[in-house]
Amino acid sequence: MKNENKILSREITPEAMYFNRRNFIRAGILAASAVATGVVYRKLNPVGTETKKTIETAKIENVVKPTVIATNDTSGFRVDEKQTPFDDITHYNNFYEFSTDKEAVAEKAANFKTDGWTVSVEGLCNKPKIFALDDILKIAPPEERVYRMRCVEGWSLVVPWIGFSLSKLLNAIEPLSSAKYVAFETLLDATRMPGQNTDVLNWPYVEGLRMDEAMHPLTLLTSGLYGRALPPQDGAPIRLIIPWKYGFKGIKSIVKIKLVEQQPRTTWSDYAPNEYGFYANVNPHVDHPRWSQATEQRIGEGRRPTLMFNGYEEQVGHLYAGMDLRKNF
Amino acid sequence: MKEGDIKFAKLLVLVNGLVPLALLVWDQSHNRLGANPQNFLILTTGMMALIFLILTLAVTPLRKIFGLNWLIQLRRMLGLYAFFYACLHFLCFYSLDRAFNFSSTIQEIIARKYIWFGMTALLVMVPLAVTSTNGMIKRLGGKRWRALHRLAYVAAICGVIHYYMQVKADVRLPLVFAAVLAILLGYRILEYLRSRKPKAAAVPAK
Repeated sequence: MKNENKILSREITPEAMYFNRRNFIRAGILAASAVATGVVYRKLNPVGTETKKTIETAKIENVVKPTVIATNDTSGFRVDEKQTPFDDITHYNNFYEFSTDKEAVAEKAANFKTDGWTVSVEGLCNKPKIFALDDILKIAPPEERVYRMRCVEGWSLVVPWIGFSLSKLLNAIEPLSSAKYVAFETLLDATRMPGQNTDVLNWPYVEGLRMDEAMHPLTLLTSGLYGRALPPQDGAPIRLIIPWKYGFKGIKSIVKIKLVEQQPRTTWSDYAPNEYGFYANVNPHVDHPRWSQATEQRIGEGRRPTLMFNGYEEQVGHLYAGMDLRKNF
Repeated sequence: MKEGDIKFAKLLVLVNGLVPLALLVWDQSHNRLGANPQNFLILTTGMMALIFLILTLAVTPLRKIFGLNWLIQLRRMLGLYAFFYACLHFLCFYSLDRAFNFSSTIQEIIARKYIWFGMTALLVMVPLAVTSTNGMIKRLGGKRWRALHRLAYVAAICGVIHYYMQVKADVRLPLVFAAVLAILLGYRILEYLRSRKPKAAAVPAK
């Protein structure tokens, strides 16, 4: 009260002006706070502002495209469904070696160099060999294969991959009859794959297939998509695609392929054996312990029912005849 | 704080609470919610519900620690925003994930443990939203009303468990939510224990 008395009456701001000024300041605070909230939101959800940089990788020449597919074609090499746009395939990736955020992998992997890449193909075979990447790619002509890709998380794509059947590489090293499984390994190099600095998974990423699965013509040793070499975020320079299995079986950036006698350990199965099995065949009737596998979100479209063996039952069903797919999930 | 300042503070909360929704709608209408917009909408609305729950629960500790008593006037709106985003979250699940199929929604709710927790959080918030008016506070009486509204902690705990359970492997973010919630709840428990102490001391020693 004493202080107030010291203010001279001429110093008191007229009431109308005072309210105007206060309203003006308040409007400013309101606007600034909304902008600040928006900025924080954007920081946490960069999806809305990011412009997708299209990654230009080398064109793959002389790709063998499946020509007109006869209606009775049963190879499964070319699914007749709308192909997922290139930008979605290259900006929605599960590749924990770079980031656990699917939408951040493309940027984090952009500078991943694959110069001098080699793949050691070894184990129970007559002709083990450390291949330079180019030598592997010369084993067979590149073919385009349009496959469905179903992620264990419940979303799916249709991708025009480029590669050739893994069996062609395996035949080249002459497997011994004692070889019952194939073990695969991703590059281990935390300086190039920063996600390997975290312990979210056990590095390096390892995967495996039964010999008959590995030799199946649908199992694709993949080096490209949409007519171009694989972008880093999709597993450059060489990866596996097994279209009837959940996406995580398709190991990326492979440096080692080994023929072995015993079922090899696999990364996701190590992480949670009750949730991810060795087989990981797409199966709408066997749910993930925590979520449903009955339907899938097709990227760029709506939800759709998931197909048995991802729609490749005709081609691969016989591999699992008599097996309890609930136990061998 | 003056009446007018509090009104302005409420306006600030009201407008800022709508910012995430506005940006979601804006991005959606510009086709910029990423490759999997359905999933993004479900995830983000759920995240907003959790954030507003945490903010609601932070009011009392902040008020007591910093002596900012006027903060209590903002709590109702923060809580209602939590409920609002939780409802949106459920609507997104019902429409985008379940395609408005009532029976498949019910089946999925029953089948998934993580959804049990989410549904519990949502259902617990219903009576809290209903009794959030001044009239209801009077009708219930302050003591009973406060007891009922401690359920906000149940909603938050269930919400964080719900989030944690559906993450595939990288649980760092749900653990951050859990840690913040643990601090807030821990503070309240400490306060409660401290408030009991003098009474215990007052019992005459024989």
